Amino acid sequence: MIRVLKPGLLTTVQDLGRPGYQQYGVVVGGALDAFAARVANLIVGNDDNAALLEMAQTGPDLQFERAALVAWNGGDFEATIGGRPLLRDRAVRVEPGETLSFGVARRGLRAWLAVAGGLDVPLVMGSRSTYRRAGLGGHNNGRPLAAGDRLQAFAPGEWATTVLASLGQREARATVWTVRPETLGPQAPAGTVRAVIGPEWDWFNNDAQKALFASEWEATREADRMGVRLHGPELALHKPREMISSAVNTGIVQVPPSGQPIVLLPSRQSVGGYPRIAAVASVDVGRFTQLRPGEKVRFERMPLAVAFKLQLQRERDLGRVRMGLARLTG
Amino acid sequence: MQITPLGDSALTLTLGDSINESTHRQVQAAWRSLSAEPLPGVSEVTPAYTTVTVFFDTARVVAAGAPEDEVVEWLTARVRERLKNPPKSAKAGKPRTVEIPVCYGGEYGPDLGRVAAQARLFPEEVVKRHSAAKYLVHLIGFAPGFPYLGGLPKELITPRHAKPRMAVPPGTVAIGGEQTGIYPQVTPGGWNLIGCTSLKLFRPDLNPPVLLQAGDEVRFKAITPEEFKRLEEEAR
Repeated sequence: MIRVLKPGLLTTVQDLGRPGYQQYGVVVGGALDAFAARVANLIVGNDDNAALLEMAQTGPDLQFERAALVAWNGGDFEATIGGRPLLRDRAVRVEPGETLSFGVARRGLRAWLAVAGGLDVPLVMGSRSTYRRAGLGGHNNGRPLAAGDRLQAFAPGEWATTVLASLGQREARATVWTVRPETLGPQAPAGTVRAVIGPEWDWFNNDAQKALFASEWEATREADRMGVRLHGPELALHKPREMISSAVNTGIVQVPPSGQPIVLLPSRQSVGGYPRIAAVASVDVGRFTQLRPGEKVRFERMPLAVAFKLQLQRERDLGRVRMGLARLTG
Repeated sequence: MQITPLGDSALTLTLGDSINESTHRQVQAAWRSLSAEPLPGVSEVTPAYTTVTVFFDTARVVAAGAPEDEVVEWLTARVRERLKNPPKSAKAGKPRTVEIPVCYGGEYGPDLGRVAAQARLFPEEVVKRHSAAKYLVHLIGFAPGFPYLGGLPKELITPRHAKPRMAVPPGTVAIGGEQTGIYPQVTPGGWNLIGCTSLKLFRPDLNPPVLLQAGDEVRFKAITPEEFKRLEEEAR
């Protein structure tokens, strides 16, 4: 029901990933900004884990064969529907035959597009997310979208069907309400991410410990779904020391011998062997999925207890939005 | 045993400070205790050489009763409790022994000569010693189904290539430093390639999706190129 006219630079089907298989070397993966994906799904009445599209830098052109309710968020893309701007962060009705076009990202790098019902691709090892390296999941054995692909969506739920019908009777085809993921929970200032210290913090010398939080870090071109390498002062250990490989997690900041830190993202390997100086708070990991090469970021140190509070606060905010949306058609 | 946070979504249990069989057994026991019946809010438990990592969802841990200010303390106490009283289902079975047929040398193992030169042995002797040893799967990682094997005979230790190959074929058996392993997929790799097996190490259609699991014993069996081709045909 959705025809891919142009695939964009790297557009993949993702959900919240494939947890439970790291013991077999299988990455968790899933939407790089899981919270943004959850909010996109929420706006069209989907479950958190419904499959959606993740796009990077240049988005796809998609032609819808049937009416559908869609929502997108993430970076600032040049998005249009039948030539008119496609508003972000709200539910929009697409008419049969219309084309959604995502051009080039004006700010940020990635965006997520949810379709009411969720994308219908095979469930592989409990997930619909694309795992390119192992050639599995997604819509076609772990491949990004290609021109000519056809995607199916599951039937929308009752809530989405009601919203779709009410938008069909109005001139404006977007809801007046919006849900912006970046407004949920207490926010870090622009250009800043909050972080806690990592398990090998004490291995680093005083200069490194100070520099991590005092310096500006520049995102480099070495960035993909596995992680982002930053450029800045060299972070050195007290003395050379080898680590025995151990599990890593999304947001961990590991430092290879070059002294230049790498922030790990959801498609990270399951184990890593570099000392981990810090960990980005879960609520701020999404910011690394929008950093372009050359953009700068600062780390703000916080106690672990505060990182938990931020997560809980954001979940509570999301819960309130969820209840508010449910009432809209109730 | 130390339990330390790994960011705000995981805890790492450290059970030793060097790679050896006794630490491996402790890691396996702890991993089984924690994964046989998952603790509330825990999404996944992963073993490595000397550590076990418990991944959790903060909101679910709090919903299960953890005070908001003491998420780590609460979960740490549950982990310690669990390790003291492991569930019956966490009992270890007998370790499995998996035999892996390998065609050594030639196009299947272009670095066999390099390993032999390093060890000052004939290539045939390298094959004999590599396939006579008994290996332990310490962990699966790096790529889906990739086993990190302990037990490489000391004389076969060979440094990694300075420049990794761009594409190592699937099934390749390789030596990197003191470690030996098998590449399940085509990936870049800097280890010394000494042979190849036709067995599939990652099988996403099966459960578990891997040929080898942490705790398995592995033995390599040398086969001829003809046998390799026959096995490869059969596997199709």
